[in-house]
Amino acid sequence: MNINANIRLEVAGENALILYFDAKEQLSNINPGVDFTEGSSEATSTIKPEVKPEINSEINPEISATVHLAKQLIIQHLSADIVDLIPSYASILVVFNLLEIDHHHLRNKLKRVLKDCEYQPASSGKLIELPVYYSLESGIDLAKIAQKANLTIAQVIALHQATEYQVYAIGFAPGFAYLGEVDSKIAMPRLSTPRLKVPKGAVAIADRQTAVYPAESPGGWHLIGLCPVEMFSPSSEPVMPVEVGDKVKFSAINKQEFIALGGALPTSPIA
Amino acid sequence: MNQKAQGLQVTHAGVLSLLQDAGRFGAFSLGLTNGGPADSHAFYWANRLCGNELNTAAIEINLGGLSLIAQVDCLIAVTGAPMPLSINGRPQSLWCSFFVKAGDNITLGYASQGVRAYLAIAGGFDVKPSFGSVSTVCRESVGGLKGEKLQENDILPCHALSDLSQNRAKAKQLLLAENDQPKYTNEITLHTMLSYQQKHFSSTEKRMFFSGEYEVSTRWDRMGYRLTGRAIKADIEGILSEGICYGAVQVPADGQPIVLLNDRQTIGGYPKVGAVISQDCAKLSQLRQGGKVRFEPISMSQADNMFHLNLARFNQTSLKAY
Repeated sequence: MNINANIRLEVAGENALILYFDAKEQLSNINPGVDFTEGSSEATSTIKPEVKPEINSEINPEISATVHLAKQLIIQHLSADIVDLIPSYASILVVFNLLEIDHHHLRNKLKRVLKDCEYQPASSGKLIELPVYYSLESGIDLAKIAQKANLTIAQVIALHQATEYQVYAIGFAPGFAYLGEVDSKIAMPRLSTPRLKVPKGAVAIADRQTAVYPAESPGGWHLIGLCPVEMFSPSSEPVMPVEVGDKVKFSAINKQEFIALGGALPTSPIA
Repeated sequence: MNQKAQGLQVTHAGVLSLLQDAGRFGAFSLGLTNGGPADSHAFYWANRLCGNELNTAAIEINLGGLSLIAQVDCLIAVTGAPMPLSINGRPQSLWCSFFVKAGDNITLGYASQGVRAYLAIAGGFDVKPSFGSVSTVCRESVGGLKGEKLQENDILPCHALSDLSQNRAKAKQLLLAENDQPKYTNEITLHTMLSYQQKHFSSTEKRMFFSGEYEVSTRWDRMGYRLTGRAIKADIEGILSEGICYGAVQVPADGQPIVLLNDRQTIGGYPKVGAVISQDCAKLSQLRQGGKVRFEPISMSQADNMFHLNLARFNQTSLKAY
């Protein structure tokens, strides 16, 4: 279901819908295909062949600004029905309260609230500098990236620092900020099987996104260094050093500086 | 506050015992996941047996091995996976609430079937919520007593039954009839809505997904269940990272589906073919390695009906005093 020229709505789960945001000129190319979302009495009808939409893989500050306007509109008008929202690069997951509203009713409300939510100019937030200890010791995938890009390791490190990144989303783990966009030369696909353990502070790349892992966790991104800054501390105010809409710049530090800033190398080797 | 808290003292913490209320909602903007009871059905029954609000914190005992000493007189109930329960060495039934005296030893053995049991106490535990909930998410170091699983010598503060406004005269020993208790089996059906990137899985891939049998791999936990079986392929490798709902079925490039549960990451970039309904996620969380699952397609409206039917059944089932 299309809400307007640049927002469409799809099913996510039992109590969740997802809004997808596209650049204005792109949506007209999308064939809406079969709408699975309305209650088809024959469940098996959902497996018929259908036309698939173009995937909108573009990362774009204007789309990001539109997402945030939509988020504010939903919070302002529909907070009684909504459990929580997850805004991201070009989508908002809307988790709703099944005891308060059903999905038909919510679709109509979302359409009403968002029909005039137009494509926004990019907004600018504050600039935060994050230090990174880039090395083969702290960034196990640096050599692989350099080899794939036909660059030296030093060039990969320089390219990662050359961009001011936009904070597009926070999620995956507490304080995990998705930053974009990485120079296409050092973009890397995700690992086909995620690692079970990525160390706290790991600076990583997936496609044209980069991020700092705020805590040890599983993860499928390529690792290039370690950042000593706490990305999530529940007792501090603010809890996180960055918020969506900010800009981040990385700057290289050496091992001594990394340790002096409170960084710690992982105690067990990364597989 | 100056007085040493009284409550249930942990003498053996077991494999993984966690304080959980119904979950943490409203903190997605910080990247915090929901947590909450993996088997919410058993959790809600434990609270009903104790006369509590359904959102009251209880202990989720994973696999078993928890022992506690009560420091106050209280009323407790244990539900969920059939772990042998004893009070001062005497066997005690699950799925009923019963009085415990100060000094009593509460011991749970290991479940032969199922994974998770819930121990609730009348009046709940007196623990300060973090980000609106006491639910423990170890990966995030959030919730519980100090952001982690229960440890030996922890004291879970709670009030003596006589201090509760619902006084002892009102607190009753209740039981759930055996017919109404869930059975934990090794084979379940997961009702699943096609959603998210489902259009990037061909109709053949979707048919394989819904006709094949999958097995729980060695990698299963509160975050998600990795299954093994016929690999299914999307025509895309990754997507722009987006919000992941409870029950979402993620398919990484190796084609082996992962059903994401309570402690899942809130955002991710692997394609998702659909989402399992909440009541079946609860059942999945009681399976362990080797458990068998099949996916069955349903529409969102059917899922909605099943949710309300399940809720009505829960509300209409009454407990018996004994």
